[in-house]
Amino acid sequence: MVPRVARVRRRTREIADVSTLTLEMEDGRPFRYEPGQFNMMTAFDVGEVAISISGDPDRAEDGLVHTIREVGIVSGAVARLTTGEAVGIRGPYGRGWPVDVARGSDVVIMAGGLGLAPLRPLIYAVLNARKDFGKVVLLYGARNPAEILYRAELEQWRRRLDVDIQVTVDTARDDWYGSVGVVTTLVPRATFDARNTIAYVCGPEIMMRFAAAALRDKGIQDESMYLSMERNMKCGIGLCGHCQMGPVFVCRDGPVFRNDHLRPLMSVKEL
Amino acid sequence: MEGLERIVREHPFFSGMKEEQTAILAGCAKNVRFEAGQYLFHEGEPADQLYLLRSGRVALQISSPERAVTIQTVGESEIVGASWLVAPYRWGLDAKALELTRAISLDAACLRGKCEDDHGLGYELMKRFMPILHQRLQAARLQILDVYDIRK
Amino acid sequence: MTTASATIDKNGLDALIKALAGRGFRVVGPTLRDSAIVYDDIGSAKDLPEGWTDEQDGGTYRLVRRNDEALFGYAVGPHSWKKFLHPPIQSLWKAARSGKLTVHVEGAPSVPEKFALFGVRACELHAIAIQDKVFLHGPHGDPHYRARRENAFIVAVNCSKAGGTCFCVSMNTGPRVGSGFDIAITELADRGRFVVEAGTERGREVLAELPQQQASNEDAAAAGKVIEKTAASMGRHMKSDDVHRLLLANLEHPRWDDVAERCLACANCTMVCPTCFCTTVDESTDLTGTESSRTRRWDSCFTIEFSYLHGGTVRPTTRSRYRQWMTHKLATWHDQFGTSGCVGCGRCITWCPVGIDITQEVAAIRGEPT
Repeated sequence: MVPRVARVRRRTREIADVSTLTLEMEDGRPFRYEPGQFNMMTAFDVGEVAISISGDPDRAEDGLVHTIREVGIVSGAVARLTTGEAVGIRGPYGRGWPVDVARGSDVVIMAGGLGLAPLRPLIYAVLNARKDFGKVVLLYGARNPAEILYRAELEQWRRRLDVDIQVTVDTARDDWYGSVGVVTTLVPRATFDARNTIAYVCGPEIMMRFAAAALRDKGIQDESMYLSMERNMKCGIGLCGHCQMGPVFVCRDGPVFRNDHLRPLMSVKEL
Repeated sequence: MEGLERIVREHPFFSGMKEEQTAILAGCAKNVRFEAGQYLFHEGEPADQLYLLRSGRVALQISSPERAVTIQTVGESEIVGASWLVAPYRWGLDAKALELTRAISLDAACLRGKCEDDHGLGYELMKRFMPILHQRLQAARLQILDVYDIRK
Repeated sequence: MTTASATIDKNGLDALIKALAGRGFRVVGPTLRDSAIVYDDIGSAKDLPEGWTDEQDGGTYRLVRRNDEALFGYAVGPHSWKKFLHPPIQSLWKAARSGKLTVHVEGAPSVPEKFALFGVRACELHAIAIQDKVFLHGPHGDPHYRARRENAFIVAVNCSKAGGTCFCVSMNTGPRVGSGFDIAITELADRGRFVVEAGTERGREVLAELPQQQASNEDAAAAGKVIEKTAASMGRHMKSDDVHRLLLANLEHPRWDDVAERCLACANCTMVCPTCFCTTVDESTDLTGTESSRTRRWDSCFTIEFSYLHGGTVRPTTRSRYRQWMTHKLATWHDQFGTSGCVGCGRCITWCPVGIDITQEVAAIRGEPT
């Protein structure tokens, strides 16, 4: 319940309102975590907010990486921290993306908007052990070309011959030569063995529902899909009650859920 | 002509259709190609073709004096054009090739005539159109929601 | 480790309170305040609500005189023991800045007050056991709760009167205290005596210091009768064996709209509930900006902010918030903690300003006439 102090080593502006902080823990020890886990981040004097971890889990010694959108007062204060400033960290919390279940299978990673941030540690983990997986497909949808997160890195990955990266935007002007259309339109075009594929999806809840439906249409079972949920979190450890969604505490039992467990919960309005 | 018939038959849009039906449709078909930047058609023009893309990519756009907004891009194995089906047969948007694009072009008047003559053929064609139109409608709804704008 | 029972009189009870205080416990128990029986510090048996009882019903609580001098002749009031073990406000940590960049964070010490909870009813023992599951037995514990809980000495009381909104029998949580106490008391009001038994070694040690008599067979039988009578006079009833399935199968039942018409979303039920555990946190800063602190306080799933997410709220309607509270309490609590979250104490019924009755709501969803 008491945060550890970390210090901002580097702050990078990603896109409008979104920054990436690279932090080092004040005790100097690398911060270990699993892909898909999150931290409770404190802007001292302001408050605390749950933010997913976005770095390479195999390179924890390079620092703890968070990508933060300035949505509210607390996330704004965290995202605007500058080099050398202190930030409070509690975590890592929650159950992240299960990587091992996909070894030997094709991997489809579907991200919408800032949903790419919690998926990036998974992408690193898969690419770090590339030979353990079959086809690797990343389908990413953003609002418009200016809001494509990690664009340089996406372009770098795209140059690899062993990863299929598809990016689409919801709307674009004439100067965009990439795909236009919602992220679900990428699914029918992608090639993978649906009977032997694990899918990982993160984005706004509506996007995830439709993404899961598109993946189902393509033949992937709910049992092979993992989605990351977002709910109000105050404690991060299942004690404050805020993030309940039916029987689950999203912070403790998630944020990543297998879709056969999640789908019935997502289908109830205002649950 | 036999080559064209094979190309029509093999396009995913017609997959599962009887050979005699694709043969009839091939009678309306021709091969076309568009260079990058070339328009397949413009908003308001007579919708006289259905395009089945074989390669390349096409942007469906609506233009204002200041800019063109791309609503959707379509690529290999997909189709361009639904307005030929609905009177008064005018294109509702611009279609611009983003790169060298090869397609089968089916003459709309010819297609409509064949469908009137043979409702079985028309129904087969509609069964292929409706899922695509439905999918595009659904996608357009999602687009309207603008789900990535978190502040909404 | 229940021992053969003994009886004590009011002096013995007084001696018990003093013995606990003498051991360094802060003794808290039922006492009269603001026309209600609340839990607060007690120094002697005189502080107990002698000769008082309560009348309770949906949205109604009233103290009335008994025609005897019973010390425990009432049901539970607006307070529960969670206010001591899981206090409404808990400091979590303080952060001190020195210079622009240095921050030193100090966790709030888990220095526990040693509480002797005096007069804990059977339903309340179950409520404490339920909060233990939340705060002690999960993957992450609450050190503040743990410190208070591990030190607490519990003097339980078998209920001699069922309240108008009580339904512990339906929830299998009372009225007889089973386990989880150091000492248990049964009041024999007509005999001016209390049958006492120890539930732990330290309970036995404390009891040994009190002036007492061996309990006669008659006293023991009378104590049993007191509890039986209470069990037979429950103010409410709820069929609880199938309620998990029932509620989860009826998340879209029209009754939720009906109850939403009545519910004020005032959060009273969650405040008085002895198992509701939800909290939020506040950040505060001193005027110089050098020190900030985080404080945890009770929260309620009935507030609009509770499920706040990106400028919206997941449960914007009273319908969904009431449904969340009731399905959590009676259904999903089982999934989360392997037990119901309801102990049948009836507080949520009594203290609801519009008298919404959880037992009636369940019956209505089941389709029984209400």
